Amino acid sequence: MVSERKLRILVAKPGLDGHDRGAKILARAYRDAGFEVIYSGLHQMPEQIVQAALQEDVDLIGLSCLSGAHMYLFPRVIELLKENEAEDITVIGGGIIPMDDIPKLKEAGIREVFLPGASLTDVVDWARVNVEPCRYGERD
Amino acid sequence: MERYGQRGEGMFTQRTLGQVRQGGKEWEKELERSVEQKPERMERFSTVSDVEVKRIYTPADVKDTDFARDIGYPGIFPFTRGCQPSMYRGREWTFRMFSGMGSAADTNKRWRLLLRQGETGLSTAFDFPTLMGYDTDCPKARGECGRCGVAIDTLADFEILTDSIPLDSVTTSMTINPPAPVLWAMYLAVAEKSGIGWDKIGGTIQNDMLKEFIAQKTLMLPPEPSIRLISDTVEFGARHVPRWNTISISGYHIREAGSTAVQELAFTLADGIAYVQDVLERKKLDVDSFAPRLSFFFNSHLDFFEEIAKFRAARRMWAKIMRYRFKAEDPRSWWMRFHTQTAGCSLVAQQPYNNVIRTTTEALAAVLGGTQSLHTNSLDETLALPSEFAVTIALRTQQIIADEIGVANTIDPMAGSYFVESLTNETEERAWEYINRIDEMGGMLAAIERGFPQREIADAAYHYQQQIEEGEKAVIGVNKYSTGEQVYPPLLHMPERLEEEQRARTREVKRTRDSRKALQSLNDIRAACRRDKNIMPYVVEAVKAYATEQEICDVWREVFGEYRESAVHL
Repeated sequence: MVSERKLRILVAKPGLDGHDRGAKILARAYRDAGFEVIYSGLHQMPEQIVQAALQEDVDLIGLSCLSGAHMYLFPRVIELLKENEAEDITVIGGGIIPMDDIPKLKEAGIREVFLPGASLTDVVDWARVNVEPCRYGERD
Repeated sequence: MERYGQRGEGMFTQRTLGQVRQGGKEWEKELERSVEQKPERMERFSTVSDVEVKRIYTPADVKDTDFARDIGYPGIFPFTRGCQPSMYRGREWTFRMFSGMGSAADTNKRWRLLLRQGETGLSTAFDFPTLMGYDTDCPKARGECGRCGVAIDTLADFEILTDSIPLDSVTTSMTINPPAPVLWAMYLAVAEKSGIGWDKIGGTIQNDMLKEFIAQKTLMLPPEPSIRLISDTVEFGARHVPRWNTISISGYHIREAGSTAVQELAFTLADGIAYVQDVLERKKLDVDSFAPRLSFFFNSHLDFFEEIAKFRAARRMWAKIMRYRFKAEDPRSWWMRFHTQTAGCSLVAQQPYNNVIRTTTEALAAVLGGTQSLHTNSLDETLALPSEFAVTIALRTQQIIADEIGVANTIDPMAGSYFVESLTNETEERAWEYINRIDEMGGMLAAIERGFPQREIADAAYHYQQQIEEGEKAVIGVNKYSTGEQVYPPLLHMPERLEEEQRARTREVKRTRDSRKALQSLNDIRAACRRDKNIMPYVVEAVKAYATEQEICDVWREVFGEYRESAVHL
């Protein structure tokens, strides 16, 4: 039976980028929308992000990167989720991302990419529509 | 002007103020009729920072403003109207485009292009590993090489970066913070190698760690040793590199992180106070021996008048702080010289060509605010590093403002505007309130430890975003006049092989250098850190021995410990 628990979301800052305005605003918006939110803090290696996602049993990871390193960091998170048999965690991304990279990121398994100017409502609604809370204990 | 105020005479006669009152009554009657027929567009009008703006401003709003005390003349205390007596009639502001990408050779090529197009000063954007004190081969640096700036690991890269750049005639700014002594030492070393004396070179290192803890977050060492390294550079500059600005006290990043204009101003000045205090206490230098080389860096955001008021208030406040709080006597210690960058955070990915217009009005506000140098953002920077096409338009924007539209013909043309003077006063008063609170907390370091500025900024950022979500603040192409159409400019692409090539270059430098000399130079830095000697001479020796940036920064991490952000204020 699918439990009715709240969506659990990890907002994460991979790599060395320090631009955290968007990530923090988004974390607050998710929280205000009634989700359970964990914010990774800055300067996280993909390994640390995946470990946190597993420990916290999240349903969605939101990656934010404005340094241009998204083409390595985002797919690397997907790769590590697969290695840990946790592909059921949805991953989305946002930041300074050239248009041409978006199809490549989607092919790598990033479900959606949001650009500067994206509305909070759109980002929050996307999670509501596209992410189901994973069942308790599924990944135990 | 809450602090350091003396009573002034005011600029208006009682007769004029009487006319203002009388006329105001008549106008209000007219207004009432008009609003009854056609209500105003909004219930409340406010600046981008959400400061309420009245319908109209009159002499009554600036009746206590005193010409000599509050406005005066450029180049003379309190410098409200500018820091040089002739301002742009003497010399235009410096066209200084923040620029860096890929390898040192890629960036050198871009620099030369910009200089050919009439840029008059250089400004260096480093990639994140360089900003954080890591070499390209560090595991933490994977994927970052050359992505948001130029990758510099050793002096060999720096030599390529500055190849054929006339270091004795062009000034160079470097946006670098925790590793600032290393990159500055590289600049000093290439000057020396080209036979240019340190007294002939000019430029700026950002070197402002307090705002890193608050906003930009390129973090390395805990606050206390960070400040110590900064004071070392300030002292070294005062003694050996007289034309160098060893610190650029920056509000830019505070604003980008979401602060209001007043917070940007107040926190920047509070940071400045903390640095001056530390140099005075730690180095026992006379305030006038280093204060004239302190420089500032502000954001120019969308709200035209709010920004102009902020710049004018900033100069007036710093002049009072230096003269009355720190008892500086040299007028050059009182003046505030600053660089401005238009607001990156005001640009959007939707209908990106509109970003040119935003940047133009922001640049205009900076010029009317009396900036000494200016960077204008490119239209494509919400998507990637700027293309040659986009960066040329951005540079031309400044040149058109300088040469075509007449705003540089006269000094501080906004002075005397009831609204601008009133907003300048209001901005100053609100900023003093913050500075007083920070003083009560025991200064900026203590305030940062409490998370005070961080929380204020996070709240302001969220508030602004909500205003956009609710349509209270318009963003054209996003929440108003949105078409859903996707038009994208051609973007700059970085080659995949960049990172591997840079790793190979640094490997080769390490293989061919005199390893014993490099190692010895690192040991000398360690000893200087422990014995509390000025580190700069040793850092210069280390970069000349081709020690890498990370090797030097690792010594500091080892001696002083590494800083990690503990509490996060969402």
